[in-house]
Amino acid sequence: MTAVLTRRPGLSRIRAAGPPLYLICLAFVALVTTAALLASWLAPYDPNVVDLGNAMAAPSAEHWLGVDAAGRDTLSRLLLGARTSLLGPLGVVVFSTLAGVAVGMAAGWRGGWLDSVLSRSTELVFAFPGMLLAILIIAVYGEGLLAPVVALSIAYLPYVSRLTRSLVLAERKRPYVNAYQVQGHSALQICLRHILPNIAPVVLAQSTINFGYALMDLAGLSFLGLGIPALTPDWGRMVFDGQTAIQHGYPLSAIWPCVFIVLTVVAFNVVGERWADHVARRTP
Amino acid sequence: MSFLRFAVRRLAEMAATLLGASFVVFGAMYLAPGDPASFLLSGRSASPQALAAIKAQYHLDDPFFVRYLHWLGDIVRGDFGRSITYRTDVSRLLADRLPTTLLLVMMALVVVAVIGLALGWIAAVRGGGIDSTVLVGTTLAVGTPSFVAAVLLQGLFAVKLGWFPSSGAGDGFGDELWHLTLPAIALALYLIGMLARVTRSTMLEALDSEHVTVARSRGVPERQVIRRHVFRNSLGTVLTTGGLIVSTLLICTILVETAFSIGGVGQLLELSTTTKDFPTVQAISLIIVALFMAVNLIVDLLLPLVDPRIALGTRSTSV
Repeated sequence: MTAVLTRRPGLSRIRAAGPPLYLICLAFVALVTTAALLASWLAPYDPNVVDLGNAMAAPSAEHWLGVDAAGRDTLSRLLLGARTSLLGPLGVVVFSTLAGVAVGMAAGWRGGWLDSVLSRSTELVFAFPGMLLAILIIAVYGEGLLAPVVALSIAYLPYVSRLTRSLVLAERKRPYVNAYQVQGHSALQICLRHILPNIAPVVLAQSTINFGYALMDLAGLSFLGLGIPALTPDWGRMVFDGQTAIQHGYPLSAIWPCVFIVLTVVAFNVVGERWADHVARRTP
Repeated sequence: MSFLRFAVRRLAEMAATLLGASFVVFGAMYLAPGDPASFLLSGRSASPQALAAIKAQYHLDDPFFVRYLHWLGDIVRGDFGRSITYRTDVSRLLADRLPTTLLLVMMALVVVAVIGLALGWIAAVRGGGIDSTVLVGTTLAVGTPSFVAAVLLQGLFAVKLGWFPSSGAGDGFGDELWHLTLPAIALALYLIGMLARVTRSTMLEALDSEHVTVARSRGVPERQVIRRHVFRNSLGTVLTTGGLIVSTLLICTILVETAFSIGGVGQLLELSTTTKDFPTVQAISLIIVALFMAVNLIVDLLLPLVDPRIALGTRSTSV
């Protein structure tokens, strides 16, 4: 197979992380996901209850990770913030993967004018950094998670569609596709039932890596106060809120969300890279 | 293909993509629900004169394509329209703020190039413990968004230790450099990780190749082998990341300038997005896209000079 996973340059061709690091990262991903799912049961306090008398208190038995500049419990905000912080990237990855596979498959299978139209528009989307496209659309639509998620999905789509296209081109040449064609299977059936399962692992590895990038972009947008509504707890927004506390010499409420953002992105990157390397080694 | 023909073709391609991008930036306005005049005023109460001025400026009574052509014509002449929030010309706003942002981006670019290349080089050549340390460090750097780096650096070096100012852009060149040091490092961190990884992996690839073994067996000093046969060979691949690096730097200024309240183009983009000052958002978006494409074009033209093995135009245009 000649198709190579189109990773962003920083992550290409690195040696796979060792098994212990991979397992730790996988465990962390599982932990954060579980915490996000069970957040409303796990959170000890209402994340939006303001207690100014207790503002910027150090960690204690009541507030394990301390409170922020408005006296809100940091642990509860982190737990519920995990929901929005993971749900947004999930939306981006799901949408860009589904649409990207459809577009890439159509371009790779049909070829011709469809292919050239799609590759032209891919080039156009590449010229817009994801954040910029999101900002442009937020400037039109205003508040809400939907606008940035749709914008980032469009920005991430070319990464998936270009990969899918090259994979489909490689698969088409293989004898099993010919065999099905001779037997009279329709193109749609061959694509969905036979090619799709074969290329799925590579595409999924790419999407896992995209998850980390989408998380960074969305956290950045909510740090700017764009996209996510004001009262929804979110890691990026917590970093912004924590900036005031830092100025008052109380950095803890900003450090926690920073740590979680970095660790989650690193964990998704390591897991995605590992899968990508695994897939690359398996294919001849 | 001759160099000149290639340059002309790439220039034409760039113009076409830029035209497409301008259409996206212009058309985005029409995704807004309701009438464009009320969107441009975004809820501000407007006198009939102001409404008439907006209609005249945007040619709102003309058909869509005529409007687009008018708008495009104005931009080609350097007129980006009037800011709705600041009530001045957008080009004036940009001219005031662009020098600070360009200085910030330049400083970050120097930091990225020097530290990124050095780390990648050392990791590839030394190997062992140093290599693992660099790998762990760059893994963390690649997972750190620039606003996280900005807030953490600000907390440690500006608030806690007081070595650097925590906000503002400073007056005078020296003061400006001092004010922009922390923001430049915050901006550079992610890209240092990326560039170090690219440098490391391409140098390792070159180290494995036969011409290096040949050079060594002929007794060429190791230092020279690394410099002339390994590093020189990986430079082409490193250069292809240039466009991505510059566009990432430009777009991340919005986060870092906001974190450090530097009154540059990045903060202007943030403010104009939250206040729905659409002409300003359009102008800045177009400039970022144009700069990204210009850098990519320069990279494409320089590539055959840096690495003669790469034939003109064989690299895909987007990294």
